[in-house]
Amino acid sequence: MWRDAWLICRKDLMIERRARITLAQIVPTVLLLLVVFAFAFDANASLLGAGAGGLYWVALLFGGVLGAKRSFDIEAEGGNLDALRMGGLEPAAVLLGKAAALAAQLAVIGAATLAGLLILYSVTVDDWLLLVVAAVTGTVAFAVVATVYGAMAVGLRSADTLLPLLLIPVAAPVLLAGTRAFDVALGNSADQGWSWTALLAVVLVTYIAVGWAAAGPLLEDA
Amino acid sequence: MALVDRFPALAGVDLSVSPGEVVGIRGPNGAGKTTLLRACAGLVPLRAERAEVLGFDLMADRRAVRRHVGMLGHRAPLYADLRVADQLRHCAALLGADASEISSAAERFGLGGRLESVAIRRLSEGQQRRVALACLTIARPRLWLLDEPHAGLDSTSRAALDELLAGAAAAGAPVMLATHETGRAAVATSRQVTLVGGRVAASGGAHDETDSSDVA
Repeated sequence: MWRDAWLICRKDLMIERRARITLAQIVPTVLLLLVVFAFAFDANASLLGAGAGGLYWVALLFGGVLGAKRSFDIEAEGGNLDALRMGGLEPAAVLLGKAAALAAQLAVIGAATLAGLLILYSVTVDDWLLLVVAAVTGTVAFAVVATVYGAMAVGLRSADTLLPLLLIPVAAPVLLAGTRAFDVALGNSADQGWSWTALLAVVLVTYIAVGWAAAGPLLEDA
Repeated sequence: MALVDRFPALAGVDLSVSPGEVVGIRGPNGAGKTTLLRACAGLVPLRAERAEVLGFDLMADRRAVRRHVGMLGHRAPLYADLRVADQLRHCAALLGADASEISSAAERFGLGGRLESVAIRRLSEGQQRRVALACLTIARPRLWLLDEPHAGLDSTSRAALDELLAGAAAAGAPVMLATHETGRAAVATSRQVTLVGGRVAASGGAHDETDSSDVA
């Protein structure tokens, strides 16, 4: 199980290393998004700072949708999904491996986005520990749910447009709780930041349980 | 019976393949050749009748047989961004094979040297087919299922493939290959089965079938 998941994760990361889609395309796009937002709000520092938490998670959502779509596009082309099935891999292990690889790519996108917020928006961080724990928990949760929905959409003719439509409502708890926790960590709110992070952890466990249960039917019918 | 998108792609195929036998599957487009191979690989759910492959009951658990079967479909199951060496290493890791298997498979299909570091997407269709066949060789399957395996291969690679299949059959592995190439089928197979409309329309010696067939 863990060996199978590691094989899939390593393969996906190797593909990313060769293709550099995240580093060369998604990260620059996300950074451009930050610049465009700065223009949209007329470089109003207080307004941009207040919305920085939400912008981080929207950027992650954007990158995650692209990453999840690509993660299963590479399996759909050439019949690679059949090859994985023929390898006798546990479906849950395939999803776990792909989610781990996506989480690693999202971590890069998140780090670049955070750096962009600190530099472009002059945001300051009040509570680094809260920020990092919320970012890691939310990123993994989002990677898991994006992988599950990526598997669901693979092979569909309208997957490009269907995936965000299906994924965004389900990922809304991550966006909400992540934004609230970031607002506290960035000093924009006096709310209970750790409560929102605990909610992120609950959401993560729920996504994992659903993904585990759905892995077999999802990958067999894909 | 096998349904593909609610359409009965196979309906009453009565076929038995012995160990070491090389069976050619022929038939017009849409006859069910690919579906038959996928069903034997445990990739297509069966709705009725009985199907047993390598002692595994496909009606009871079609996933169990997969690890023992080597299948190559129309398209080569490769990752376009990986290099040839990465792809072969991934195949070997997936199948638990060691490094010596990789180098021998690469050598058999002429994938050594400079080609090892070339990205799959930069290879010609024939070269990609060779990489897929090398992956299949690493797997050392107990049953070979090949869909148009000679397509896109040059004469050297075709000869290597024929030699590989003959070796597999000599070692007792059954081989089923779907092909439209009647001449090649006559050379490579010991029996020809013709599918029409998801059913076996004819079965016999390779030369008998190629002589009398009216199937393109």
